[in-house]
Amino acid sequence: MPSEPIIFKVEEGAIQRYAQAIGDPNPLFNDVENAGRNKNGRLMCPPGFTGWPIKGGISFIKLVESLIKAGAPPRLLDGGVEFEFFEPIGAGDVLTVTTKIANMVERETKMGKTMFTKVETIFLKQNGNVALKSWSTLIQF
Amino acid sequence: MAEQFYYEDVEIGTEITPLAKVATTRMLVQWAGASGDFNPLHYEDDFARAMGVGAPVVHGALKRAWLGQLMTDWIGEQGALKKLSCQYRGMDYPRKMKTIEEPHDGETWWCKGTVTKKYEKEGQHLVECVIWVENGKGEKMTPGAAVVALPSRGNKR
Repeated sequence: MPSEPIIFKVEEGAIQRYAQAIGDPNPLFNDVENAGRNKNGRLMCPPGFTGWPIKGGISFIKLVESLIKAGAPPRLLDGGVEFEFFEPIGAGDVLTVTTKIANMVERETKMGKTMFTKVETIFLKQNGNVALKSWSTLIQF
Repeated sequence: MAEQFYYEDVEIGTEITPLAKVATTRMLVQWAGASGDFNPLHYEDDFARAMGVGAPVVHGALKRAWLGQLMTDWIGEQGALKKLSCQYRGMDYPRKMKTIEEPHDGETWWCKGTVTKKYEKEGQHLVECVIWVENGKGEKMTPGAAVVALPSRGNKR
């Protein structure tokens, strides 16, 4: 079952701070003054940025807590991510985010009993179109 | 950013312009604030040890964001990133700071990639790439993949 949708707005300042933290000087993500002149007419998000906090829509902590309650091991690592981009996301967009567990696999690894959980997140834009889909892998051991 | 290039400029085996990065404790603090990931795994020694990684580690999502920059720098404003993925297979440890601005000497990470496939589909000129982050020892601990759409000279006016 997908989570209750979370709705939030992408802020210009949050985009700039994110680009600065990566060390990415690309004017598309930084230059507010000239943003009106790029092809999108506004400051755009670097790929994978969907507003602050980046994992907010996923409610990671709640999800992990529920997995632990259900018997998953308590130590957590981020295993990786896949993104598929459908429409650009930029300042002022209002995203509706839903999350669901796509699959879970338990395997014996060098860390012992290890649970791999794939979480699917879908980001809808205010126009109703899918802007982004992501699949994150949580590793619990 | 480099000058815009086109689908026709790319061949299988073409190298993506490499991007150098230096993870520092300062960068991790900045990343935590900007991303909203406040997991103590990335700043607290005891917690990181208890999690089995020895010491605070570089956020996987920060390495993924570097790979995003590798691609957006390369494809330019007229290119479009369609897919991006990577796996965090190993731990990376940030350089500590020597002064407020300058890190100690140490590891430099390189984001790299090469073109594996190019094809036209539904009017788009698509290019597939393998990408990765290489640590200071040259190990590819963050392997990934990307698909981009590039402008074509055929469509240029």
